[in-house]
Amino acid sequence: MTLGPIGFAAPWLLVALVALPILWLILRAIPPAPIKRRFPGVALLLGLTDDDTVTDRTPWWLLLLRMLAVAAVIVGLAGPILNPEPDDESAGNGPVLFILDGGWTGAQDWTARADMLDRLLAEAGRAGRTVAVLRLTTPETPLFQAPAQWQARIAGLTPQPWEPSEAMMEQAADGLGDDAFDTVWLSDGVARPGRDALLTALERRGAVRVIEGGRGPFALLPATFEGGIVTLTARRLVTEGPRDITVAAHGLDPAGVARVLARLDLSFAPGEAEASGELSLPAELRGRITRFEIEGLRSAGAVALSDDSLRRREVALIAGRDDREGLELLEPLHYLRQALEPSADLLDGALTDVLPANPDVVVLADVATLSGAEQADLLDWVDDGGLLLRFAGPRLAASDVSRSEEAPLMPVRLRAGGRTVGGAMSWGEPKSLAPFPEDSPFYGLDIPGDVRVSAQVMAQPDPTLADRVIAQLSDGTPLVTRKRIGQGQVVLVHVTANAEWSTLPLSGLFVDMLERLAVSSVTAQPEPEELEGSSWQPRAVLDGFGRLDEAQTLPGVDGADLVTAPLGPELRPGVYEGDDRRIARNAMTSDRVLAPANWPARIPVEGMNRPPEQPLGGWLLALALLLLAGDVIATLALSGRLRGDGMANKGTSSAVALLLGVLLTLPGQARAQDQEAGQSDDAYAISATSEVVLAHVLTGNRQLDDMAEAGMRGLADILFFRTSVEPAEPIGVNLENDDLSLFPMLYWPVTPEQPTPSADAYAKLNRYLRSGGMILFDTRDADVAGFGAASPNGRKLQELAGPLDIPPLEQVPGDHVLTRTFYLLQDFPGRHVSRDVWVEAAPADAEQIEGMPFRNLNDGVTPVVIGGNDWAAAWAMDDRGNPIYPVGRGFSGERQRELAYRFGVNLVMHVLTGNYKSDQVHVPALLDRLGN
Amino acid sequence: MTTPIALRARAEAEAARLPPLLARAEQLAGTVLLGEHGRRRSGMGDDFWQYRPVQPGDPAHMIDWRRSGRGDQQFVREREWQIAQSVMLWVDRSASMRFSSEKELPEKGDRARLLALALSVMLIRGGERVGLTGASLPPRRGNAQLERLATIFLDEDVSDYGTPEARGMIPHARAVFISDFMGDITPVRAALTKAADRGVRGLLVQVLDPSEEAFPFHGRTVFESMGGTISHETLKAGDLRDRYLQRLSERKDELAQLCRLTGWQFNCHHTDNSAQTALLWAWRAMDQGALR
Repeated sequence: MTLGPIGFAAPWLLVALVALPILWLILRAIPPAPIKRRFPGVALLLGLTDDDTVTDRTPWWLLLLRMLAVAAVIVGLAGPILNPEPDDESAGNGPVLFILDGGWTGAQDWTARADMLDRLLAEAGRAGRTVAVLRLTTPETPLFQAPAQWQARIAGLTPQPWEPSEAMMEQAADGLGDDAFDTVWLSDGVARPGRDALLTALERRGAVRVIEGGRGPFALLPATFEGGIVTLTARRLVTEGPRDITVAAHGLDPAGVARVLARLDLSFAPGEAEASGELSLPAELRGRITRFEIEGLRSAGAVALSDDSLRRREVALIAGRDDREGLELLEPLHYLRQALEPSADLLDGALTDVLPANPDVVVLADVATLSGAEQADLLDWVDDGGLLLRFAGPRLAASDVSRSEEAPLMPVRLRAGGRTVGGAMSWGEPKSLAPFPEDSPFYGLDIPGDVRVSAQVMAQPDPTLADRVIAQLSDGTPLVTRKRIGQGQVVLVHVTANAEWSTLPLSGLFVDMLERLAVSSVTAQPEPEELEGSSWQPRAVLDGFGRLDEAQTLPGVDGADLVTAPLGPELRPGVYEGDDRRIARNAMTSDRVLAPANWPARIPVEGMNRPPEQPLGGWLLALALLLLAGDVIATLALSGRLRGDGMANKGTSSAVALLLGVLLTLPGQARAQDQEAGQSDDAYAISATSEVVLAHVLTGNRQLDDMAEAGMRGLADILFFRTSVEPAEPIGVNLENDDLSLFPMLYWPVTPEQPTPSADAYAKLNRYLRSGGMILFDTRDADVAGFGAASPNGRKLQELAGPLDIPPLEQVPGDHVLTRTFYLLQDFPGRHVSRDVWVEAAPADAEQIEGMPFRNLNDGVTPVVIGGNDWAAAWAMDDRGNPIYPVGRGFSGERQRELAYRFGVNLVMHVLTGNYKSDQVHVPALLDRLGN
Repeated sequence: MTTPIALRARAEAEAARLPPLLARAEQLAGTVLLGEHGRRRSGMGDDFWQYRPVQPGDPAHMIDWRRSGRGDQQFVREREWQIAQSVMLWVDRSASMRFSSEKELPEKGDRARLLALALSVMLIRGGERVGLTGASLPPRRGNAQLERLATIFLDEDVSDYGTPEARGMIPHARAVFISDFMGDITPVRAALTKAADRGVRGLLVQVLDPSEEAFPFHGRTVFESMGGTISHETLKAGDLRDRYLQRLSERKDELAQLCRLTGWQFNCHHTDNSAQTALLWAWRAMDQGALR
């Protein structure tokens, strides 16, 4: 039953509304219940009669309130629904098949479509129909199930990064089976071949309804790069009205952080389906771009991956001789630099320094001999796919490299001395280049007529020579030879890289040849024939929403398929890596034109923007609850119990407050908020550094940790009373999680059972020690063992301290600064009295100057103090300042505790002031100098 | 509930704020007990009063030889005549006294006990004898009596409204009745008349809760006495207010009138007022007799 825009799930319940007037009469007849009060003055009341003998009636507005509450309950239980899905009388009761296109074209409005599907499934559930959901991108035989089953799976249905192809639609049509069913096609509105056939197949089995809508997909074509300008083109399906989109170029910034490197605004004119714009970027920035993306659209089509066509190659330039200052044009690398700078990242430096950076190309200009290590490294690098480009020159010509037998890093053997043609002392004319043979990478390049070679190194004729020549002079002598090593190659240009031996570096051909050698290549999309037979490994693939994921274990793809085959489960859009380059396959291609689908007139097409079904029952019941709560308050107010007079009323008014509280907190329950973890980190850092904090390492032994904390507190109190150091409450430090750099010193009690810190924690500890931190190791066993491995604690200490970066140690010498930073001390007792306390050893050259009491020692704080006197126990105080643990016997014990405090004071002073007291030995000298 | 020790401590605290009360013995006759109240004439007592020349008839042991040795004349040392007053207390311990309208306010009975005991403390410190009417605790002096009083005060009575105990009155003693006087007034009248007959005068302190003065009730209400024996239902409690207040003031007038007739003094005390005011009034009321 429907009433305007509201329908009812259980309309017969509304009959109960008839009972309301009866309820009115009944309620009106009953006066409010009396309150019982204890009152001693009742004796005086006896015999008093009421003037008005009529009872207090329930006021009409309270009755109305109650009526409304009851009516709300009745109507609420009747299940009112705003905008109910109209009951389609003609729909029938058979199974329903829901078809989703399931390609990236539908990804933008996927959420809306999924919601729509959810509603439709709910509707089918109310009608008791079985349903199946079919995605055309992953065709399968529809499995008709209860709608609830499918509703649970909607969240798992995601669009695929390809479009349903004709073959897929055929496959879907074949799998439909023979049973009759109705069809609802949630279309993305894009026309594609094969749809009509599927539609016909569906119509044979029952009624077909199409639901279309949304903004229509946008798609970004692969970026084209020409003349230093990147051209971006976007297409759209719905051509009505103007539309502006922003294309963002994503990539890694020099710090290696993924970020948006550039943005370009594109505007679609009204009626236009295509918009394009140009992006002029510095080569450095352009090479870093990994993908372009239409901002705000989640779809694989809105992402255009870029491959090597935008990438900059890294080229290491290494010259064999020192720069001759001032002769820039004669510098061996000058022309290479000029040619490569616009298109490649150039690396300078020694060969061993640049190789770890794994450049794409290493250029050796006139480098003859390489050291054994250099040669081995270079060989490994070439073997892994590097391109080694060598240029000849006087040094190479003069050397014996590759003379009698071929050097590993030379493509050919060389004759001694090379040759010079056309010079003052030689016969003949300088030679020009011969046309490039067909199998040469340079094939097709125009050879300018003015390129002349006047000197070169000569290749020794060898059986393999002919295969290795890729360019030669007009007289047939090799000019460029190449040899493959593993995955990489070595190319030797038989002339110098500067204009000394030839005019080649002066010509444009030089740049073209470098490009062909992929030294500075700006490659266009490869032809299928080029890739025939090669295999390409996916590195990263797009999902339907345009998210780039690791390819994981996806299988490799044949080269020809990579360029020509349609996208599908076997060939996903993404970045594919081959031998020496990467190729991006995008979801959108330049020949794909988005056209709106034309449905036959007999198929009903609906929009998606129907107002959603809204059940009102819950709201009405909540309203009834509110009204009843209001009734409670009003009733209490009427009977005078709300005023809070008298003891008996306390209960009721607090009950009212409680009820109100419950009502007010009901909507707030869902708002649970998490605290940011970062804030607490900051708070921890601030609390640890706003005052000096003595820290102790948490060992995991509760008793020991408590003792250490009490010890630190006791020492802090002593410092507070006696010195200007006023530490805050001590902090227990977890080596794994906490930041150590906040604490000036760490007290580390050693116990055999404590866990050994992780490698990360050790890295932190070493950083801490190197940056001026100090750790006081305490084995706490000085009465049973001397320092060493004799006790379990000692062995544990050795185990703990093994990975630490600890300098050589010595027992505290008598003139160590620890003996005089605040108090003058000779011993460092804790609960135990042992002289074995170890600190960083003084430098060997420390000498005692005549007349000085102390040696002139080095700067700095000892990074560790190691002992076993159980200092924390001697320092430990409870909250009232009473010592917790006994020390020694009688007065001598108290003296020992006092000395332990003094050691603690000296230690903290040493940590905080360093060698200040040590520097004091210079005071007489300084005063002496000032005085005279 | 208060323990005797706590009650005593609070009473001591109350009593410490006022100078020890010297109750005046109005009548000498009939009471021969020695107290610390000088009669401003020579008689039996501890304190020196005057030397007077020996008169014929004085026994020789009466002569104060130290004084007489300074001259030729012989003197007799006379002491001041001292007596003690007996004060009889009646504190209502019935159920109606266990009422307090708000948590912050003490129960009426609590206030009544406190007043009574504070008064007792002052009286005993002044050397008087304090006891209860009836036979349960005759007047005695000394701190032990305070503890006995406190113990008895803490006993609860089950009856709804208290009736004054007028038996065992020592003639010409003084009496203090503390109650809310909400119940039947006839026993009060009888007790006061009987006391007046025996020459006992005293104080009548009515302790009321503020809600008993204000009657802040509305709506349909069933009023019950604290014991639950009496109840009264009304449909509009607000309408009864004026008539209730009128009856209350009539009751007060009646009590005041009764006091005037019998030579007693009447005061109405509210539990939201300080106990000190009531104690001060009682002290003055006791002292007033001394001036008279």
